[in-house]
Amino acid sequence: MKHVDEPGYSNDIDCYIRNGGYEDLKKAFAMKPEDICAEVMESGVRGRGGAGFPAGMKWKFLDRKSGKPIYLVCNADESEPGTFKDRQIIHQDPHQLIEGMICSAYAVGAKLAFIYIRGEFFEGYRILERAIEEARAKNFLGDNILGSDYSCDIIVHRGAGAYICGEETGLIESLEGNRANPRIKPPYFPAALGLYQCPTIVNNVETLCDVKHVVSMGGAEFAKIGTPGNTGTRTWCVSGHVMKPGFYEFACADLTLGELIYDVCGGLRPGRSLKAVIPGGSSAKVLRADERFTGKLKNGTAFDWGIGDIPMDFDSLMACGSMSGSGGVIVMDDSTDIVEALANINYFYAHESCGQCTPCREGVPWMRKITARMVAGEAREEDADLLNSIADQIAGRTICAFGEAASWPVQSFIAKFKDEFVEKAREQAARRKEGKDAAKETVLI
Amino acid sequence: MSENATPDPITINIDGRDVEVPKGINVIEAVKLAGKGKEVPHYCYHPKLSVAGNCRMCLVEMGMPMRDRATGDPVLDESGQQKIGWMPKPTIGCATNASPGMHIKTASPMVVEARNGVTEFLLINHPLDCPICDQAGECRLQEFSAEHGRGYSRFIEEKNVKPKRTVLGPRVTLDDERCILCSRCVRFSNEVAGEDVLGFVDRGTYSTLTCYPGKDLSHNYSLNTVDICPVGALTSTDFRFKMRVWFLKRTNSICTESSVGANTTVWSREGKIYRVTPRRNDAVNDTWMTDSGRSLFKSIEGDDRLTHYTVDGVQKTPDEAAAAAAALLQGEAVALVTSPDSSVEEQFYHRRIAAQTGAQVYMVSRVGEGDGILLSEDRSPNLRGALLNGLTDEIPGQELNSLAAAIESGAVKRLLVAGEDLTQLGVASDLLKKVEIVYFGMQANAVSQVAQVVCPSLSVFEKEGSFVNLTFRLQKFAAAVPGPRGILTDVAILDRIASALAEEKAQAPLMDALWVQISTEVKAFAGITWRGIGSQGVALDAESLSELNFIETKNLKYDPATFGQAQVAPAGVI
Repeated sequence: MKHVDEPGYSNDIDCYIRNGGYEDLKKAFAMKPEDICAEVMESGVRGRGGAGFPAGMKWKFLDRKSGKPIYLVCNADESEPGTFKDRQIIHQDPHQLIEGMICSAYAVGAKLAFIYIRGEFFEGYRILERAIEEARAKNFLGDNILGSDYSCDIIVHRGAGAYICGEETGLIESLEGNRANPRIKPPYFPAALGLYQCPTIVNNVETLCDVKHVVSMGGAEFAKIGTPGNTGTRTWCVSGHVMKPGFYEFACADLTLGELIYDVCGGLRPGRSLKAVIPGGSSAKVLRADERFTGKLKNGTAFDWGIGDIPMDFDSLMACGSMSGSGGVIVMDDSTDIVEALANINYFYAHESCGQCTPCREGVPWMRKITARMVAGEAREEDADLLNSIADQIAGRTICAFGEAASWPVQSFIAKFKDEFVEKAREQAARRKEGKDAAKETVLI
Repeated sequence: MSENATPDPITINIDGRDVEVPKGINVIEAVKLAGKGKEVPHYCYHPKLSVAGNCRMCLVEMGMPMRDRATGDPVLDESGQQKIGWMPKPTIGCATNASPGMHIKTASPMVVEARNGVTEFLLINHPLDCPICDQAGECRLQEFSAEHGRGYSRFIEEKNVKPKRTVLGPRVTLDDERCILCSRCVRFSNEVAGEDVLGFVDRGTYSTLTCYPGKDLSHNYSLNTVDICPVGALTSTDFRFKMRVWFLKRTNSICTESSVGANTTVWSREGKIYRVTPRRNDAVNDTWMTDSGRSLFKSIEGDDRLTHYTVDGVQKTPDEAAAAAAALLQGEAVALVTSPDSSVEEQFYHRRIAAQTGAQVYMVSRVGEGDGILLSEDRSPNLRGALLNGLTDEIPGQELNSLAAAIESGAVKRLLVAGEDLTQLGVASDLLKKVEIVYFGMQANAVSQVAQVVCPSLSVFEKEGSFVNLTFRLQKFAAAVPGPRGILTDVAILDRIASALAEEKAQAPLMDALWVQISTEVKAFAGITWRGIGSQGVALDAESLSELNFIETKNLKYDPATFGQAQVAPAGVI
């Protein structure tokens, strides 16, 4: 998002072209599709949607021999709480996404691409529709793009606002017009049996934008941004108890979590101290402010970090037991009631579970009921262990990754703040007893 | 589904034991095949439906032999055995197809723990109303909870509340609280019945099974959804609250609705039938049957049933009636109306009596509209039996005009009628007064009223015998309930008549002995013994009748175009 902060930069095509837009598309068409794939592979660009899977690898899995049409789908369902980067890209620089998509579609051999945008993004939908119209008028989209023999079109599809539509197979079901129930894998890997049972690539908005830059600067050059294995830039969406919440783009590992919070976001509110950070959207495991993170990175170097020292990239956050996920950094200061925070997260996941498979359908609402009861003043000391055990029974046994997404917050909140859960129960028990004693006295009188 | 299964066997390892299974079958079926009483518990998987993978009960541990990524060489452990790379998470057995060298653990701590968890989840919002639930006794949730559950509940929150008696269609009532959302009924309606009527509304734990707006579950296969419902959610409106299933006796039977001959189980207690359900036969009806076929048993309780042997309107004993019938048939100009509803054994006697009396044999075939699934155009269970018995060598018409003409002309003066109401088949009732009639039948009708000798018959639920279905599969049925008091089988009376005609002493043979006679006298049944007809039936050679133009069109297991080659039961997993 190089230009978006420049004064006078607007999201129409003329402005985009003035700033060098669609030049990379011309460059891409001068290349062979397989060369672009190779560049993307070399760039090491990892998926920005949450899982951080290398995009080049994903493309490589594509079944090109089936003879069926190949589809490219842009996942703009951005529904992870704490994440708002895709929305910014769509609102402020939609042509960058479109250019990235055409480059990608050309590379993977797709003749038709879809943008699945979440239903709540009505403005984004309007902007994209207009931008696609503009791109069509200039022949960046449509038949024989820029005089080549390659044709491609993009269809924008609005979801109806469900978290599960961000799961790629759920998204595909929804795009087909069905209930967004994720598919079982195997056999329905999108790269082989995706949209309409055809090979399909589903990439995040930010990932597809990165492809444009890979084409622009070449894979090797792109890989120089960030550190090996953590290439390119990331847009961190900082929310919660900081003075300047917002989205900030940095090269991977260019700054630490501490720098992000204190230097970039203006620190915490006056008089408050840091309690916890969820670094990658609400499903990422929480980091406690007074924790020490030790261990070894993938490349073998040992580390010993406080929470402020953690470099913001894929591997470092993973090494600390969490993940960079979708880049949604949620900051909590000492005014946060941890149980209430978890109750909030649980409410969200219980509301969003699609209900297809048993552990998630039954387990997540159970966890919601427990935390809701704890907040309502009926906490029991054993609830923390029960919550943890329920989460253990969900994670790894569901059709899609929602099971993990809903369990990780519970597991990590309990692992790191169990004392607060137990304390809450004791406090409430004491208060209840007091109330009972008071009631008894009243009766006696 | 085991549709990927091929006959060439592969070796996989289940709980440390190598077993041979067909390539491509899923782990649930492979474990079943491997025997030793092992079962992978499951709810949503059904062998005849697509795989949904949503109940998560069939989680097993799966591993494949390890190979070096770079060289492709097997990775060996210290003892020189190829190492097994176990998946870190359990996988669902229903969607995991067997491949060579695959290792499966069905009872490891991880698997046991996973089943434990799924069982607990399924029970937290379950109403646990087993004492008033019709499914109790045949409930997978009940069985697996006992087997794989913890036995106590950690759930102290409020349970979800859902509708308790939603009428989904004329025959099916839904208790939504019991539903575990396995989607078997949804898939069945789509994939087998071909009617997209069921679906889920709402999300997550509030998901609710319902009919699509403006539709209801009224197709003729709706009760199959009740059969395959692994819990007590879908109930048969007819059967619901009538009887506990463990009191019911099960009898193998055959549906008489059409020439498909769906295999059925008749559920009865103390002489009363409570329900009829399909019985699995992969060569005939898979695990399905029509709703209309299930209600046929109700006809046996009709008021119009014949309950006494009569000769000239006077009640007689069976022996007296048989003797009177034999005397009547010994005269001249005898004709015999046999029936495609009669069993092979009855038809065998019809043939014998026709030969003894020189009778001309008449017969009709009953025709209706087929549905392309399990209701065929030929609405009688045993037309092919009559053909193989040699009672006729062509497909009969739907009326008996030639018989009417023969009576008119006086060429026929004496008639033995098996069950048919001739007045409905083109023989005017005043013509019947010109002939003397021996009538066998279940219900009173215009023929029984004028017949000289009336022998009440038993229904298919009250006697044993066999039918030959549209794919020339000989299938037997057993008596589920006793018939009205004092009534013998048609076979017993026919045997008395035939013996009297031959001036021999009646044998009243049992089925075993009768089939010795049938297999010697009728070429098409050569080599078949009564006991040899197993519960899945016997495929007969249809070669001799391949020239005939049968009326049935393509349905679930029958395709007239390829029928010649499809004689042998399809190789598959049972």
